[in-house]
This record gives sequence, structure tokens and C-alpha cells, in this order.
Amino acid sequence: MKGTSVRIGPPPRAVELSLDGETLRVPEGATILDACRAAGVDVPTLCWGDTLTPKNACRVCMVEVEGARVLAPACSRKVEAGMVVRTDSERARHARRLVLELLGSSVDLSAAPRVAEWNAEYGADPSRFGSEAATVAQEPLVDNGLYVRDYARCILCYKCVDACGDQWQNTFAIAVAGRGFDSRISTEWSVPLPESACVYCGNCVEVCPTGALAFTEEYRLREAGQWAPERQTRTDTICPYCGVGCTLTLHVQDNRIVRVTSPHDQFVGRGNLCIKGRFGYSHVQGDGDG
Amino acid sequence: MDLRSAGLTASVAEQAALDDLLGAPANGWRGNGALGSRRHLLLPALHAVHDAVGWISREAVDEIARRLEVAPADVFGVASFYGLFSLEPRPPRVVHVCTDLACRMAGSLDLRAGAPALDGGGPATLVESPCLGLCERAPAMLVAQYGERPGEAVAAPATAANVAAALDEGIGGLGPEPPVAAAVPQAGDPNLVLLRRIGVVDPASLNDYRDRGGYEALRRAVRLGPAGVIREVTDSGLVGRGGAAFPTGRKWAAVAGQPVRPHELVCNADESEPGTFKDRVLMEGDPYAVLEAMTIAGYAVGAERGYLYLRGEYPRALRALQSAIDAARERGFLGPDVMGQGFAFDVEIRRGAGAYICGEETAIFNSIEGYRGEPRNKPPFPVEVGLFGRPTLVNNVETLVNVLPILERGAAAFAAVGAGRSTGPKLFCVSGAVARPGVYEVPFGATLGQLLDLAGGVPGGRRLRAVLLGGAAGAFVGPDRLDVPLTFEGAAAAGVTLGSGVVMVLDDTVDLTGFLLRIAAFFRDESCGQCVPCRVGTVRQEEALQRLATGRPLGGVEEELARLADIGQVMGDASICGLGQTAANAVASAVEALGAFRSER
Repeated sequence: MKGTSVRIGPPPRAVELSLDGETLRVPEGATILDACRAAGVDVPTLCWGDTLTPKNACRVCMVEVEGARVLAPACSRKVEAGMVVRTDSERARHARRLVLELLGSSVDLSAAPRVAEWNAEYGADPSRFGSEAATVAQEPLVDNGLYVRDYARCILCYKCVDACGDQWQNTFAIAVAGRGFDSRISTEWSVPLPESACVYCGNCVEVCPTGALAFTEEYRLREAGQWAPERQTRTDTICPYCGVGCTLTLHVQDNRIVRVTSPHDQFVGRGNLCIKGRFGYSHVQGDGDG
Repeated sequence: MDLRSAGLTASVAEQAALDDLLGAPANGWRGNGALGSRRHLLLPALHAVHDAVGWISREAVDEIARRLEVAPADVFGVASFYGLFSLEPRPPRVVHVCTDLACRMAGSLDLRAGAPALDGGGPATLVESPCLGLCERAPAMLVAQYGERPGEAVAAPATAANVAAALDEGIGGLGPEPPVAAAVPQAGDPNLVLLRRIGVVDPASLNDYRDRGGYEALRRAVRLGPAGVIREVTDSGLVGRGGAAFPTGRKWAAVAGQPVRPHELVCNADESEPGTFKDRVLMEGDPYAVLEAMTIAGYAVGAERGYLYLRGEYPRALRALQSAIDAARERGFLGPDVMGQGFAFDVEIRRGAGAYICGEETAIFNSIEGYRGEPRNKPPFPVEVGLFGRPTLVNNVETLVNVLPILERGAAAFAAVGAGRSTGPKLFCVSGAVARPGVYEVPFGATLGQLLDLAGGVPGGRRLRAVLLGGAAGAFVGPDRLDVPLTFEGAAAAGVTLGSGVVMVLDDTVDLTGFLLRIAAFFRDESCGQCVPCRVGTVRQEEALQRLATGRPLGGVEEELARLADIGQVMGDASICGLGQTAANAVASAVEALGAFRSER
């Protein structure tokens, strides 16, 4: 994180571990995922987010730790001295394949980056549970002009709840409701967002890993089959609205802003914005309602 | 915190219920009136409203949210987690008919099917329930009455006449419950240790408890001092009886040694494993023993209060424990200066609300703290970071009650009973096709066959088909394996688990496929939904079993069984907690040990 804090005191001690047969030293407190990334080992993640506390709910990052009865989530398990970790053992690969199959058979993952690549890498075949397998298919919730909640794409990673709650926005408009396969992200009594506590900061959209939460513009383009990230440009600018000075990254497709993000390593807001920075751009497009 | 609320006003009855629990609001704002959130009172507040009106309205959620300073979305998320809460209007009288494993074998599906038709507009409704913990007298029924005089009562074995009377008249239509000792076929046997007072002591009398050796263990504990108590417990070799068999002394020492204060204590009385009812019998028949054991544990590990998390379906245990707590407090056995010995300890009962997962040792913390009962990732372990983030001792009821004989008779005498590393006496919950179902106390090391003989074997000239050992999370043992020694090591060597002590006997008339489908449905219902392997895996497991049961396996029987094995492996390897990790055990063992779906033996 650029300029977020100044470490005072001695540097963290190094901890030695074995990762896929290689000996590696990482700072004390690092997770197995941190170690993997330092070593250039690619471990899939879905519910992990660089600005959030690991929830380890999706279980796609499971690795094998020698001596442990069960697999460990790389995203949250801290490295211990002498740990022997295998990211590519048969058990770990099996768990990743099955998690991808279970998710892919119940949720629309077509807008989740890298899932198709992982399916190929791990040999995951979500169709093996048959055409009658239960899914979370449902109609998208379009109840405001700014963003759409398409919960048919929701893997219940809790990131939006954490971003809305005590990890960023402290608005608490949404929570997980229900239990088991019927669990869902919901306002109280599923009231529409305008009746909820939502302040439309869009920080939930920012962290959603599967496209379940999307800018209205993005949703429309996807529906029309015109969503084309490869044609988009990204331009950094400073939010014009207040004196905080958040960096805005404008995602532009065909000369129209289709999404606004903020760099996660930006020390002002770490990827978080307010309604003005996130959604207050229609005057730029000449839509007449800004 | 400035939380948005829709500003809805709860009804007079809902407000009165909350006033009783939280005190009347200090002013017309009707907000929290306290400094900071009182989230830990969320589950009691939901119970208060639900008891008073029979369901939880949107207005009540808003009112609770304001008074406790918890977001309405969070209150809704928690309320919708629990099976006993209704979030829509419902008749004030609810008859829960158990359709789980033991009751199913005793004809509860017929009971359910034969119940009078209800149009929903009347004063009563009937719902199917997971295991009610009354398996020794299946089929079982729980009647809940909400409103001005809320209450709960059970009937077991329940008849069609009972169901009709409960629907017509509510609790008043039920006869008296049989005495607690009816669940203990060995009651009165002088060799009993854990069950020695069941049916002997008056559970409502503190004096009677003291006359029968009560509070002797606590006196010895005070003489030994906290470190001495922990040494005794460690030397006894006691391991946890909730299912995981962790050495109790080590756990106590780990909590006691934590520099962070205060320490917390939780007695896990959320006994919900289908087929388990031993803790119910202990709490109903000898409630002061549970309190004394908790007091000793609190004294030893440095906790000044203990939460007793009781499953929501145990009305008689709730009454017995509450009355015991009141009397113990009045007589100085709980409170700021226990027995004049200069240490404080008190007990608060927390009622569960219908969620098997809350018996998981970290989900129970979230439930008490007012969050959804979702398990936490470990590490950190509860001994370091537990309830309210503090070092916490969490023990099952049976584990705690074992501490009494350890202190009364000494660690050596306790360790002399049993076999190998499985020391002391053990309770088993024998149900299903046996002549005398009930809670049995045997020393570790008896074989499964000996236990079944004690229970009178399979009655009526029928043949033993299998024994489900350890509950829905356990495994099947075939009739050829009755020599399995009932020790942790013996069970492990045989590839099974003692779990919470469930011994459910299936005879040759049992529909094994239907039984397995019920186990799968149970886990699908009870999965908290937090992690993918369990949330989706339990659904896929049930779907595959349904296909096998209806003779249309996807790609053939062997492919379907391979698919089931794959699902079982990912649930076992990659689920966050024990629920998901064991959700495929019974199904896998039915395929392996009983030849289910292949060559039904």
C-alpha cells in the first residue's frame, strides 16, 4: 500500500516455510497466499479481496498443509515456521475442482474473470451434476438508477456485506439472510434499495468478484451483448466534487463512461468512493440529468 | 452509531415484551439508551417478541434494531437464520412433529400424514421438525404456545390423539411427561456415576442435591485451588464428550494461562445431533450437577460468568435449570462470593432457536454475541480468541459433569475406569429398534454388542440391519461388526466415530434409502450456508441420493456413487467446520459397510 502507514519499530521477523518443495522466507504474519504470490505461485481466489479481511468462504484457494487433518484456506491461514505447504497436491487440486464445479453448477459465473481459465486448468465440469441441479437463478433486481443486483451471479462471498458494513462504509444496508442454500444477500425484508440504508457509494460493486453487482450501464451493455472490456480505456483523474481528492479511474467504452473505480493502493480511500465520485458522471456524457 | 431505521413502531405487545427484557426506554426517542450496541441481547430480544406474539414482524425488527443499535438488515439476517422463528404471521399454537431418524422409524410420517387438515386461519398449525432429542420415546412432538402466556411442552411417544388434542387445546391437551428416570433404564443402579442421581434426587431441590453429595466436588476444588483442579482434570485423562474428544485438562490449562482477562465460559447444551439426548437427561434430572460443574470450571480457568447455551427445543430442561440457577443464587452457590470462598461466578441461560450448527464450538459464540450462528475459521482457537474475542472455555454438558466424580473420587480412580486413553464412564443414547431404548452409562471399552444386549436387543423377532454410530454425522456399522469396542481408539480403528454417543439401531424393516435421504435433507437444512463445499455440496449430495432412490442415476449407479464420493471428499477436506466435514460420512459408510445402492444385503 503506497503511503498508507509508516512502520515504526523493528521490521517483522522472517518465517521460513516449504512451498511446493521450495524453501521460502516471508515476513511473520504473512498468509500462505502472500507467500504464494511472493513465490509466483498462482492460487485461485474469489472471496479474497485486497482491501478486506479474508472471509475464506469460497474455499477455492485451499492448499494442503502437512500434518493437518483438513485442507487450509491459503487466503487466511498465517504462515508458521516450518510449515510444509503443497498448493498442487492431488487433494488440493481435487478441492479446487469440486468447488469450481459446485459453484459453476449453481451460479452464473460467466462474468467472473478467470473462472473459465481455472475450469480448464483443474478439469472442472460444472455440468456433471445434471440439468436439474438446483441453482440460484433469479430475476435481477433493478430498483434504482445506479446499479443492478443480479443475484443469479452471487457466490455469497460476503465481500459486499463487509464493504457496506464495518470494514468500509459503516452503512449496514445489507446482510446475509436465510440459511444454507437459501442464504442470500438482502436488505431487511428484501426492501428495495431506495427504502434501505443504502447510500449508493458503490463500494459493494467495487469488490464484487462475479459481476452480481454492476453499474447500470455495464448491466445494459452485457444484456445487449455489447460489453467489451478489451475495447475499454482507463483514465485516472481526480474527483472534482470535494477536497478529499480521491483518484477516479474512468472506464470508457465507445466514448462513454461505463464504470468508475479507484485504485486500491490509493491512500485516500483504498478503492472506496462515495456516491458522487462513483456515480456522479452523467453530466460528462451529456445525458441531461446530471 | 447513526444507523438508519425506517422508524416503524412495534405493537404494544411487542414493545411490552422488549420492555420486560431490556427495561423501558428512557425517553420518547425509544432508541438504545445505552452506550454502544447491545448486540449480544439480539437473540433474547427476538425470543421475547416471538414468545409474545408468535412471529417477528417488520415493525418488531425495526424496534429491536433501534433499541439494541444493530442495523435492521442485520437483525433480519439473524432472525431469518433460526428455524424456530417465523417471519410471517402464524397461528399462536405450533405443533412440531419430529420426522427425523428415530421418530421416522417409529412411524412419525404416518403421524404427520394422519394429522387433521388445517386451513391456516385457525389457532394452530403443524410443522415438521428435525430431531427433538426425545428419541428414546419416539415419535416425539413439541407444542409451542405463544401470546400472553407462552409456554412449551412435549409429548412422546405421541399418538394421533395427542396430535389432534395438541392442535385443539395446545399445551393443556397434553398429558404429564413421564419422569426423567424413564429415559434411564439403569436408573437406581448403585454403580452408576454420571447418572447416579437421575430419578433419585429431586431436581427441584437444592437441599436434596446437597444431601446426595452435591457441592462436595466444588468444596474439594476450592481446597485444591485452580491449578490443582486443572491438574486433577488433566491426570484423569478426561477428553471431551461432544464428539471431538479433545483432552479436557489441556483445554482448561490453555484458557487459564491466557494473560487476557476476563475469561469466558460456555457450556454447550445445544445438543442437536439426531439421536442424541443424554445432555437433556442430565439437565432435566440433575440440573444442579451441571451448575456445580460449570462453577468448578469457571473457578479453575478464571471465568466469572458462564453461558449455558441450551437448544430451543428442551422446555423441561429449561425450567429445571432456571429454577436451579435461581435457588443457587439465592443460597450463595452462584453470585459474587460463591460459598463464601471469595470468588464470583454466575450462569446465564441462552436459548437457542432451532439451528443445529449453533452446537459447533465457534458458531455458539456468534449466536451468543447476536450474530448469525456461522462457525469461525480456526485458528485462532477458542482458548485464545473465543466469546467476545476473549479466551474461552467451551465444554459439552456431559464433559463438564464428568468433572464432579473426578474431584470427588480423585483422578486416579476416574482414570482406572475405561480402556486405554478413553478413561471414565461414557453415556450412550440408544434408540431405534431395541427393547429398552434410553441413556446408558457404561465404562469405556464395552463392545457395541454388549451395549445392545444391555438395551435388550432387537425386539419382536426382527433382525438387526445396522447401527448408526455417532448420529447423522457418524457412520453405519453392520451386524458383523458388533465387536467394535466403544472407545475412541477402538472406534477410530474400525473407521467409525463415537461422536456424541448415538447408537441408533436399524432393524430389517427399515427403509434404508429413505433413512439416508433424511440424513441428506437434514444436512441440507442445517448447513449455515457460509462455505461453498457445504452449502452446495449438501444440496448436490441430496440430489444424487434422490436420483439413486428413484432409479434414475446420472450415467449409471457407479458414476453416481463416484460423484457422491467426490462431493463427500470436498466437503470433508474443504468445509470450514465439522458439520460440512462430516455431512457425507453416513452416506459413504452406508455404501461401503451396508452395500447401499449396489447390492442391498
